[in-house]
Amino acid sequence: MEKEFKHIQAAHCENGVATSLMRYHGVDFMTEPLVFGMGSGIFYLHLPVVTVNNGPAVAYRTMPGWIFSQACKSLGIKVTRAKFSNQKAAKEFLDQKVKEGVPVGCQVGVYNLPYFPPEYRFHFNAHNLIVYGKENDHYLISDPVMESVTTISEADMIKVRFSKGALAPKGHVYFPENVQNVTDQMVKQAIIKGIKRTSVMMLRLPGSIVGTDGINYTSRQILKWRDKLGPRKAGLYLGQIVRMQEEIGTGGGGFRFLYAAFLEQANAFVPNDNLLQISEEFTKSGDLWRESAVQMGRIYKGRINNRQEDFIVCADILEQIAEIEKQAFKKLSKLKLK
Amino acid sequence: MKKEELPQDDCALASMTRELMYVKDKDGKYTTELSKGWEVKVAALDNAWDDIKERAEEARAEVARGEKSPIHYFMELKMMNFTLLSGYTGFWKFTIKRHLKTSVFKSLSEKKLNIYASVFEITVDELKNFKG
Repeated sequence: MEKEFKHIQAAHCENGVATSLMRYHGVDFMTEPLVFGMGSGIFYLHLPVVTVNNGPAVAYRTMPGWIFSQACKSLGIKVTRAKFSNQKAAKEFLDQKVKEGVPVGCQVGVYNLPYFPPEYRFHFNAHNLIVYGKENDHYLISDPVMESVTTISEADMIKVRFSKGALAPKGHVYFPENVQNVTDQMVKQAIIKGIKRTSVMMLRLPGSIVGTDGINYTSRQILKWRDKLGPRKAGLYLGQIVRMQEEIGTGGGGFRFLYAAFLEQANAFVPNDNLLQISEEFTKSGDLWRESAVQMGRIYKGRINNRQEDFIVCADILEQIAEIEKQAFKKLSKLKLK
Repeated sequence: MKKEELPQDDCALASMTRELMYVKDKDGKYTTELSKGWEVKVAALDNAWDDIKERAEEARAEVARGEKSPIHYFMELKMMNFTLLSGYTGFWKFTIKRHLKTSVFKSLSEKKLNIYASVFEITVDELKNFKG
């Protein structure tokens, strides 16, 4: 039986791959926010000392690969994964899957991704896309962040699958197998589990750099940057935060709008009025993240023309966000969901 | 964020796609909408590129002054650090650090230069004769 693959655009690449593949395998009610929530995608982490692309190392989401794994696991879907040290073997494996007509998820680096505009080609190795066919030595590609499908040549495919550096993909491909019927009860359980796990990760992990405490940590760091790094570099640091938070792939407001949408959709499976109210709080948090980006933008647009007061404004907004999210996750962790 | 507040600013992504965003519709329910871009993050990206260019320019000057080998410049130009360059060339980070010395660079074999040149997507001559 030939099933037809349908391209779905998503805010975030990994969510998008997961949603498309699950729908292809018959889980037809799946949406991006549900995957994101069941897979416990929302997070916050600020690694001290380490720099990424000469800026602060902040993350608004969990580790690459985690969302898909967790979402599938809680729905009883088995995911097969393969990595390769040999480029030829990696190509043969992919070609075999294409021949079998199986769409597969593929981890790639964007530095050599031909259809990305040059301005966006950084050494970032955790982008995900779906290969759903092949015509005349070109792979047919469904990249979830794009409006429509595209193609990649065989040679470019090798390059992007074997990009090097942190999180190097090593030809990583993955796909669900033997997907059974997913019942409403399973979805309910997966939603509840996702919410509980996220609450623990945002509130209870030890240390002051993760979860809502981590947001406060960033807030305190921002106050130090101008003196420590000088006005120009401090501005660049803020620019990096804004890019991690708002660039393509986040759905806006550092994934917070996506999470608010999840809680709204969760209410359809696990009816509870509190879910809608808490969803509102994440919308508020997302709006404040956007506001902080506007304030940070004022600073880095002026390059070296900034004052410490401007940094205080940003730090204050982050403190507010930390408090809102802390209260919201506390409410979530206390919810009796059935 | 409300649907009607979603920014539609010009952005380098235009040649590839508009991006999907999660916004609230008139009834306060979540929906998705496409955005062309947002000037706040366009400025952040522009700034990041200015910084990359400044770094490459600094590296070029260091090579011109004879303080470091051309590898230093091309490494910055390609936004690489030692981990990345080590991944692409197969050389140890420690080895690459040595190759940044002009004296060591001069005695590098054609084979090693070739590896660097292909990673930097230039010819061996371009690499060898880069004077900054």
